[in-house]
Amino acid sequence: MKKIKLILYILSFTLIFLNNLNADNSQQIDKISKNLRCLICQGQSVYDSQSDFALSMKVLIDNKIKEGKTEKEIYDFLKNKYGEWIVYEPEIGLNTILLWVIPLILFIFGGILIARKVSIK
Amino acid sequence: MIKKIKFVIIILFFSFIFFVFFLGLDKPNSYLPKKNITEIDTSLVFKNLYDQKEIVLGELISKNSFSIVNIWASWCLPCRDEHEYLLKLKNLNKINVIGINYKDKKSNAAKFLLDLGNPYHEVLIDLDGTKSIEFGAIGVPETYLINNKIIVKKYIGPLDQSKLKDIIEIIKNEKN
Repeated sequence: MKKIKLILYILSFTLIFLNNLNADNSQQIDKISKNLRCLICQGQSVYDSQSDFALSMKVLIDNKIKEGKTEKEIYDFLKNKYGEWIVYEPEIGLNTILLWVIPLILFIFGGILIARKVSIK
Repeated sequence: MIKKIKFVIIILFFSFIFFVFFLGLDKPNSYLPKKNITEIDTSLVFKNLYDQKEIVLGELISKNSFSIVNIWASWCLPCRDEHEYLLKLKNLNKINVIGINYKDKKSNAAKFLLDLGNPYHEVLIDLDGTKSIEFGAIGVPETYLINNKIIVKKYIGPLDQSKLKDIIEIIKNEKN
């Protein structure tokens, strides 16, 4: 009886281990699809959405990873097809420089305010 | 004095914010992908709906100068609405109309075409939807007007009389 239990334990552990070995692809799919906007159900990411578009997109990402494409290549491919809007993180460019700089400016500004308040006291 | 300046700055700040949001009200909040793909990957391999034979997209498209690629499915209701316009396009006999069957069952797709008529010169299947992504599609129905491997125009949603006119006009202008 004990032997059977032991064998069962070992078997289940190896199964879990094998599962984890195969899972790294899906982790990468999750990572990429979290950064993609679902164009059908706007406001959701491809990762969250169950729309046909998002499901196909996940299959496509899987295929591209299997082809050996890197994350950046996949983003570039999709940007080429759908425009920059599909990724959540906008590139730094002339159009988006304000977007990136304003939080920094506000942060520094706030820092100065706090520093002054503290030094006055 | 300082109080006054502060007051003015605050007023200016809020009116600026108000102005930005006010302008933003007019903007449509649904985003359509910009047409920044023009060239299509002609090395894509599709299967035919009826005999499952593999076909390279480039072979179909380079035949005629103008081709139309229409993404459709039997479960898609707007596709039924646009069907008559596709049939009209086929009757023009100038354009190569290619259908891509999107995430569909073979029997349903075949029945759909049997009931409503087959406007396509070739029906290809896209079982998992990944090939439509290569076109830049976000759903069904979508129609692409292609000239020499370049997407001239993209129509999202079902075709109607005005879009049909538009297509015919573009083809006419190009030929002159």
